[in-house]
Amino acid sequence: MHDMSTHAAQHHEPTTFIRKHVFSLDHKVIGKQYYALALVAVFSGMVLSWIMRLHLGWTNLAIPGLHFLSANGAPGDVMTPEYYLQLMTMHGTIMVFFVLTTAPFAAFGNFFLPIQVGAEDMPFPHFNMMSFWVTFVAFLVLVSSFFVGDGPSLGGWTQYAPLSAVGAVGGPGEGLGTALWAISIAIFCVGQLLGSLNFITTTLDLRVKGMSMMRLPLSAWAWFITSCMGLTAFAVLMPACILLILDHVAGTSFFVPSGLVINDQLQPHSGGSTLLWQHLFWFFGHPEVYIAIVPAMGIVSHVLITNMRRPLLSHRVLIYCMGAIAVLSYMVYGHHMFVSGMNPFSSLAFSFPTLIITIPATIIVLIWTGSLYGSKLRINTASLFALGFVSMFVSGGVSGFFLAQPSLDIMLHATYFVVGHFHMVMAVAAIFGIFAGTYFWFPKMTGRMMNETWGKIHFWFSFVGAYCIFMPFHYLGIAANIRRYQAFVADYLQPLIPVHKFITVAALLTGAAQFIFIYNLIHSRFWGKPAPDNPWEATSLEWSTPTTPPPHNNFGDHLPVVYHDPYQYGVKSSVGDYVMQASPEQVATVNEEK
Amino acid sequence: MATTVHEPPQIDSRRRPGTSHSGNGGWRNLVPADGDLRVARDYSPPASSTGIWVVLFAVTMMFAALTSALVVRKGASFDWRHFTLPSILYFNTFLLLASSVTLEVSRRRVAAFMGGLRSQSESPARWLYITLFLGLLFLAGQYEAWLQLSREGLFLATNPSSSFFYVLTAAHGLHILGGLAGITYVIRKLSKSALRRSTLDATARYWHFMDALWVYLLLLLWTKL
Repeated sequence: MHDMSTHAAQHHEPTTFIRKHVFSLDHKVIGKQYYALALVAVFSGMVLSWIMRLHLGWTNLAIPGLHFLSANGAPGDVMTPEYYLQLMTMHGTIMVFFVLTTAPFAAFGNFFLPIQVGAEDMPFPHFNMMSFWVTFVAFLVLVSSFFVGDGPSLGGWTQYAPLSAVGAVGGPGEGLGTALWAISIAIFCVGQLLGSLNFITTTLDLRVKGMSMMRLPLSAWAWFITSCMGLTAFAVLMPACILLILDHVAGTSFFVPSGLVINDQLQPHSGGSTLLWQHLFWFFGHPEVYIAIVPAMGIVSHVLITNMRRPLLSHRVLIYCMGAIAVLSYMVYGHHMFVSGMNPFSSLAFSFPTLIITIPATIIVLIWTGSLYGSKLRINTASLFALGFVSMFVSGGVSGFFLAQPSLDIMLHATYFVVGHFHMVMAVAAIFGIFAGTYFWFPKMTGRMMNETWGKIHFWFSFVGAYCIFMPFHYLGIAANIRRYQAFVADYLQPLIPVHKFITVAALLTGAAQFIFIYNLIHSRFWGKPAPDNPWEATSLEWSTPTTPPPHNNFGDHLPVVYHDPYQYGVKSSVGDYVMQASPEQVATVNEEK
Repeated sequence: MATTVHEPPQIDSRRRPGTSHSGNGGWRNLVPADGDLRVARDYSPPASSTGIWVVLFAVTMMFAALTSALVVRKGASFDWRHFTLPSILYFNTFLLLASSVTLEVSRRRVAAFMGGLRSQSESPARWLYITLFLGLLFLAGQYEAWLQLSREGLFLATNPSSSFFYVLTAAHGLHILGGLAGITYVIRKLSKSALRRSTLDATARYWHFMDALWVYLLLLLWTKL
């Protein structure tokens, strides 16, 4: 074979500023760009949640300056009910797509997957560059909806038809705002498909000599499995968005039923199926939850193993469980639709796999806790956030057992119970995964250490704060506090308002604590202690690069050769209690190597 | 207790790199115990040959989603109006099938050319140009089918059946455009003598897949519309 694919992964170091930092082909720069995008997005999303929380705690509170964001949506700085829904939609969309998908998967995956498999870059660097810039354009399109027409869409991040498909008659933002939403997400899908293509081919084809699949670190496995999920999910969401756009602007009737009257106007559509949108959306939407959480699982495993200085109880079983979650994630999506009017037998059929998917998730948690038991865990910010992830994942996951059952879900559906559940199990857990990854890999990404004291303060504020915010949500949900309401005027909701006030204060404090992180990030980037090549005494290939941060082609003149399993800790070697994957040193190990 | 590097090589003849397509290192340990790394040859399949299957999988998922949407939408209510497909579609199908044949011919010619079996005086790109031409003709034919339908008063929003016709043919047409871009890229690389065999193979696989996809879509439209 004269065309070695490794050649495809080589390109010369750029010399101009634009090619080096803006339109870069280097997977490391693209990874950092994704991280920066996620950072901007997460703070935008957080500010939106602050505004919503203030309104929920103190209804009709004037929030100074809000009218600058929208003169119509917040006359006299008091938001209208519609504007609350618009902010809620944007919060959900920004967080799910541009934070939870981009940061743990695209940002860290881009930076570290090629290095962990021993490649010099991704095989299709131009597609990789496109994947970021397409995602960036998608973000701009989405955010632009704040500033055009009557603001962003109010349909929620799920954009249920028919409201999302009828156009301006559906309410403020349902015209141009929803069109921009659908266009943005369709563009986003293109970016993620290009990214998945690169991730899959990198893992399959660019592994360095000796790097068998079972020798890949768990983070690399997680990114690989996630990219397989992303490939399947985004390839379905994209045509769904296109059909939605056509209903919206071209007058087709895919999702709008006959005889629909909105605001006393008979809609000029016929015969569409509102459930069709839900099926197409949730076929993407549920795997999307795992697209957010599986990379975080991989990162957390990677961080935990390094800090507890011994391999997991089973490397292989954890990989199989992540794979099982990926496969099952396509069979459970109907649990979002228990009360949609679909056949009750379908609910039952979707309920079983939903309960089954908890088995691999539970096994993963048991592997973590079982491996942690009796280990001498090194406490640092990264390992604390990894523990925080496990805690959040378990706490949020437990409420999933309740929601998985149609009979209970009928009552809990559309209450704060669901909001508490998914924020803990998926949103905060994944964000803790991102933090664990950041504190762990920052030295390799920038060449400087992050401040541990500030890091630990950041952790405790975030950990306690997240519980203070999201645990009461479950209580509110059981008290039948319905979600997506902008004010609680009903009698039975009045006594719950103090809880909302508590949550708002907790959200403001926890959010403010994130500025500690930003300070730490920026300060450490420029003035942090210079990082050694392998500060955590870790074993995988990213710690074997000749310089820190890695040079343009990652490994300098010689590609590494892999001699060991990814997590050979607790051994006696010349460097300490570990042996690096790329070290030819012979060591005696308890575990048979693969 | 097992020592790692002293273990006997876990490579058997089936596991030799180069015979499997799972990339460098395969699924098992490929570093031999005696440290003789030459045994584990530094081989991996070209990324484009794996990548094209990844692309085709995504395309399959996309059209599967549209197919299921069509089936669900058709069953959702009674407003589905049947219409006869424009006859030019059958001619277009013939064009596309022919283009696959010409692409296969060119693939073999280019391979022979790259292998030095043909003289420099022959243009290896000729059949690629013919494929390109047939592809463009197919797109023109599809456009003509749209014009015929619109003359009959069937537009995108007229009826769900016509909506799906336009959506499916447009989506397929866009993918054909991608294939034409691929063939143009191959011709350009060939003229610079910088063509990789794997690029040509991947383009051909994509094109044949588009061909098969069109036959599937035609059957779907023929039976459902």
